Amino acid sequence: MSAPYVKLPAWADYGLLPLINVVVALLISGLVVLFIGQNPLEAVQYMVEGALGSGEGIAFTLYYATNFIFTGLAVAVAFHGGLFNIGGEGQVYLGGLGVAAAALTLDHYTPWYVTMLFAVAASFAFGAAWALIPGWLQARRGSHIVITTIMFNFIAAALMVYLLVNVIKQPGTMSPQTRLFAEGGQLPKLGALMSLVGLDIGAAPFNVAFLIALVASFLVWVLIWRTRFGYELRTMGTSATAAVYAGIRYERMVVVTMLLSGGLAGMMALNPVMGDLQKLQVGFPAGAGFVGIATALMGRSHPAGIVVASILFGILYQGGAELAFWMPDITREMIILIQGLVILFAGALEHMFRPALTRLLGAGGQSSKSPSMTQSA
Amino acid sequence: MDLFGDLVQVLASTVRLSIPLVFAALAGLYAERSGVFDIGLEGKMLFGAFAAASAAAWTGSAWLGLLAAVLTSVLLSLLHGYASITQRGNQIISGVAINFIASGLTIQLGNAWFGQGGRTPQLPNSARFTEIVWPFAREIAQVPIIGPVYAGLISGHNVLVYIAFLAVPFTWWVLFRTRFGLRLRAVGENPGAVDTAGLSVSWLRYRALICCGILGGFAGAYLSVAQSASFIREMSAGKGYIALAALVFAKWKPFNVLMACLLFGFLDAFSIRLQGKSLPVIGEMPVQLIQALPYILTVILLAGFIGKAIPPKAGGVPYVKER
Repeated sequence: MSAPYVKLPAWADYGLLPLINVVVALLISGLVVLFIGQNPLEAVQYMVEGALGSGEGIAFTLYYATNFIFTGLAVAVAFHGGLFNIGGEGQVYLGGLGVAAAALTLDHYTPWYVTMLFAVAASFAFGAAWALIPGWLQARRGSHIVITTIMFNFIAAALMVYLLVNVIKQPGTMSPQTRLFAEGGQLPKLGALMSLVGLDIGAAPFNVAFLIALVASFLVWVLIWRTRFGYELRTMGTSATAAVYAGIRYERMVVVTMLLSGGLAGMMALNPVMGDLQKLQVGFPAGAGFVGIATALMGRSHPAGIVVASILFGILYQGGAELAFWMPDITREMIILIQGLVILFAGALEHMFRPALTRLLGAGGQSSKSPSMTQSA
Repeated sequence: MDLFGDLVQVLASTVRLSIPLVFAALAGLYAERSGVFDIGLEGKMLFGAFAAASAAAWTGSAWLGLLAAVLTSVLLSLLHGYASITQRGNQIISGVAINFIASGLTIQLGNAWFGQGGRTPQLPNSARFTEIVWPFAREIAQVPIIGPVYAGLISGHNVLVYIAFLAVPFTWWVLFRTRFGLRLRAVGENPGAVDTAGLSVSWLRYRALICCGILGGFAGAYLSVAQSASFIREMSAGKGYIALAALVFAKWKPFNVLMACLLFGFLDAFSIRLQGKSLPVIGEMPVQLIQALPYILTVILLAGFIGKAIPPKAGGVPYVKER
């Protein structure tokens, strides 16, 4: 399908346009705040202060951002291949099982950095395994990956509740969770890093997983733009038929892409399970798998963009909690609304402001196509 | 006889649990048959439920509640249409966005308007759709077999239940026996041909989405002013996604939709019934397995192991008029 859009300069395409989309989403949220009779400027002030006003706030913001980086990368890798992995939530959940398996087995015997290596591998493997079946079904049987990954979210939730209640619950307790990991199964907090810049981490669970997320972002960038696999992936995302014609093995590519995507989502579990809770419990993903859709769209599927978008969402989540505390008429769910609006404007309506912007900048030249999103699997 | 009584009870609760699925899946049927995927069924249902409960609480009328639900859901449908038809955005993303907007905004507005943490006030029976007892139900109830079936299964539901059952043949008639239906299906299979015939692809898809919105509103209203007596946060609880699964399971056909929804409703009723009980032969069944069964069955069907589910050909692809 021809995309009748003129190419914008990169700074406008990757900077200005996403910014406009987010600002519009925030403006509409502000109108909702106004509508319920509150002062939006006051709300923004509480939010920013809560998220960035103290060392603890910043640490919490980065803790949340860590989650969203992982799930955003997961969604982005699939986007580049023209696939929509909406099953991040389930893959995170299963990834948690991998983390718990590694931590519970090793925590009494090995130091944290050894356990961490196994936990990274296990979370990746479990998340990838959960994405394998939808990927395989898409590749071999043509089942729509959106539907299957949604179904797998629900199946994961049922499976994990079953496992936690009936199989791996700590004996002698009522609540469906594992025992606490010993010190060898805990990711250390990054308090030292924070104090380097003169900030106090406080009680925030900001931990080593953040660094793993940054490394993962860099590796994903290398993978997508600097390897043969990445080239094939982007080719497939732009045109699956052209990719097949060029000799790219479509089925294998779909399966491998989904494995990578699921694995990245699974790794998110490191942060809450090993870095914060130090145990596996029901419902720990808490919607972070879906936030990844928003951060991937906002970050234009580029790892650097995703890190920025994730920090913004970290601010929203941490600031939102503070906001709900100081202004009781505004609930935490305001964040979910903002998230929905960001997905709407940065994703579904991504072309809305483009023609106006193109006219404004007077850009001309060859037509281009925004990556991945015009083609659904 | 006790077993039979149990069966009637389970079937009656099957009917009650499958109604929101029937409305939502039929809503999805209109949209998807016209070539627009609608992941946003969940959000429409949720926002519809909220609108219905709020309007019923203010006006004291269940019918005005239903109207509010329908209007709200149609508005969300039009938003979906604007994003995915006019702006040619990604339909899945638009649907996901609508789900989040509904999830966040219902709680936020509910909290601001009623101050009960997202709940709406408890509705009196006069502001709800209550059970309709059919003539002679009490008299016939004593007659073996026919009695319990008539009194327990056929009689004693609210009006929306009967509307849902009528909506199925009506949808079939609209889609397969009217000119509008023919065109709607055509635009989902081959929009280019419809365009060549001089019909507006966009307008047809918009109309399909309006139908989708109306039914989505019915699904929502059923949840909050018929099945229960208030709106509770996240009360749609994934039913929109089960409806989506039912739609796939039904291979996009109206009567199959009814059957699939009844099957999924039955599994739900069955799992509630089974809680903490053990079955003969199998022993204690994990409730989670039965709860996950609709999703597992849908995946197996999608994989093509029981028949093949072929979606409308142009589904998910925005239409670009050649110039």
